[in-house]
Amino acid sequence: MSTIRKFENRATEELVENKLVGLLHSSAGQEAVAAGVCANLSNDDYLTSTHRGHGHSIAKGVAIRSMMAEIFGRSGGANRGKGGSMHVADFAVGMIGANGIVGSSIPLACGAALKAKITGSDQVAVSFFGDGAANQGVLHESMNLASIWKLPVIFVCENNLYAQATPSDYAMSVKDVAVRAQGYDIPSTIVDGMDIIEVYKAANIAINRARSGGGPTFIEAKTYRYEGHFAGDNPLRYRLTSEENQWRERDPISNFKTKIREENQVTDYEIDNIDIDIDKSLDEAVDFAKRSPQPDKLDLFSDVYSSYPMNQLDVGGIRDQ
Amino acid sequence: MINENTTGLFAPQQGRKLRYSEAQKEAITYSMRQDEKVFIMGEDIVGAAGRSDLGFSDAWGPPSRSTQGLFTEFGELRVLDTPISEAAFIGAAIGSAAVGMRPIVELMFIDFVGVCMDQLLNNASKIKYMLGGQVDIPLTVITRMGAGVGWGAQHSESIYSLLVHLPGIKVLAPSDAYTAKGLLQSAINDNDPVIFCDHKKLLNVSSVVPEEPYELPIGKARVMRKGYDITLVGISYMTSVCMEAANILESQGIDVEVVDLLSLSPIDDSTILESVRKTGALIVVDEDNPRCGMASDIISMVAEKGFKDLKAAPRMVTAPHTPVPYSQALESLYVPDANRVVSVAKKVMEKKI
Repeated sequence: MSTIRKFENRATEELVENKLVGLLHSSAGQEAVAAGVCANLSNDDYLTSTHRGHGHSIAKGVAIRSMMAEIFGRSGGANRGKGGSMHVADFAVGMIGANGIVGSSIPLACGAALKAKITGSDQVAVSFFGDGAANQGVLHESMNLASIWKLPVIFVCENNLYAQATPSDYAMSVKDVAVRAQGYDIPSTIVDGMDIIEVYKAANIAINRARSGGGPTFIEAKTYRYEGHFAGDNPLRYRLTSEENQWRERDPISNFKTKIREENQVTDYEIDNIDIDIDKSLDEAVDFAKRSPQPDKLDLFSDVYSSYPMNQLDVGGIRDQ
Repeated sequence: MINENTTGLFAPQQGRKLRYSEAQKEAITYSMRQDEKVFIMGEDIVGAAGRSDLGFSDAWGPPSRSTQGLFTEFGELRVLDTPISEAAFIGAAIGSAAVGMRPIVELMFIDFVGVCMDQLLNNASKIKYMLGGQVDIPLTVITRMGAGVGWGAQHSESIYSLLVHLPGIKVLAPSDAYTAKGLLQSAINDNDPVIFCDHKKLLNVSSVVPEEPYELPIGKARVMRKGYDITLVGISYMTSVCMEAANILESQGIDVEVVDLLSLSPIDDSTILESVRKTGALIVVDEDNPRCGMASDIISMVAEKGFKDLKAAPRMVTAPHTPVPYSQALESLYVPDANRVVSVAKKVMEKKI
């Protein structure tokens, strides 16, 4: 969780400091959901994510240096600089893609789960999405498909109360997204998304159910996005400071630190050392990103297809310059 | 498997005749036997799903009937009937392809692309690129198109140009049973997303199809008849229309070359340019709507690369910029036919320098 928080804050700082052009969507405040769910997964399990996906990628095991380099648009990035913040993927750890279209990655997770079903493996797929995607038709189609085929997929809705600047109590016909899963006969649960233990336990039940052929589960995690929709957005134009403060008092990281100090006798020294290590690894990631070369010009044309005539990609006058 | 170098893009003169849809089924069946990663899903590709307890199975097959019998051979895990949820099942096909499967998916009619366009536009076409080449998306989408059968505005379009427009996607439009089998085999074996467009009017047309499996090259057009006065480029069923027009024009002393495009993306620009270099005149016959379509695309390509060879202004013979009408009186006006091609060809020839 601390790695996610520090990564989000550092990425935003670097964006401003280095005048990078990318769109960043910070998940600060929502760390417990990513970390609590992904702690149950192995590299063989699949994960799809959203435009607000840094936390999911980190929790799934994507190296922060390759994520930072991706945000810098460099060739050493997770996607060789061709995707950016919203499209981070690393198949080596089962992170099969963040996605910039709200709701669009949900059926992809169903497809990964379908592979597990067809091939008879015990892999599962997790799809993270927000309350905004709860109003996309494709979620509903996907829930129905997952239910009738008993796909090993876990739908995790991070309900952070806002779809961009639109409150979910305005845009959604129900208070809890989870009730919508009932319409598809999918077991659902609502958890405190600020409490990693609670998220972990709910995900554990869901993932075990999926692995043992019990089909999909829907988890709604009530959480909060500390920052604006994107880096540079001022959320106080559409929500109250008092609301922000209430959620920050329930901060998943500081509360978890308190808990492990009290219940597990973890010392301040140990916790501080973890934070110091994270800071070092972030320095190293930024350094790696800055030193990573820009993509080769020919990379403009690579990876569009596995095979295609170059003269039909390189059109539009580029060669005449 | 024999390859195109021995067969060429033309069927043997003699041999077993098969309907287009049966030829297609051979390619699907062979692929599924060869590779366990290949599976197929779509709406009613089996029919009566879940009703085997009542003795029902294989009730339908898609409109082409090209999947009938697959369920019996390959079972419910590899031949899946889907709910009418194109966004979900085409998205799921894309997701499965990203993790190593080779899905074939049925989009019943190309008009229905609207309900799954996000999955094709934002996922199928872009995933490989956005992810820096980490994965291929070996997806085959089989869909149906074509007017002239009275199915109205939402079951009759040939709007492949919407998909040709997308980098990352390949689009094929075979013109007979022989090319249907070979190109579908190539599409399934290809590592990129391929949209495979069947024309309704071709599904029951029989021609010679070798029994053994074979691939045909993606991105190659074929010259159906040689001529020196004017080039007609046909797409899918329009190639038959071009051939009919060519026979009429021949009787009127005009020597026509017909190019059967077969592959819309990538496109065989060199075969078209070579033909225009010889004839100096070009008509593209395309059942799609005219704006930003294949016909305008081909003509602009020839204007850029073969301007000096043109001895008359190129023309498009296409559907009008309207939806497909239902009334037969109107629909017969909508779909390009041989008479329209002949009239336009004669005008082009009159103005040829």
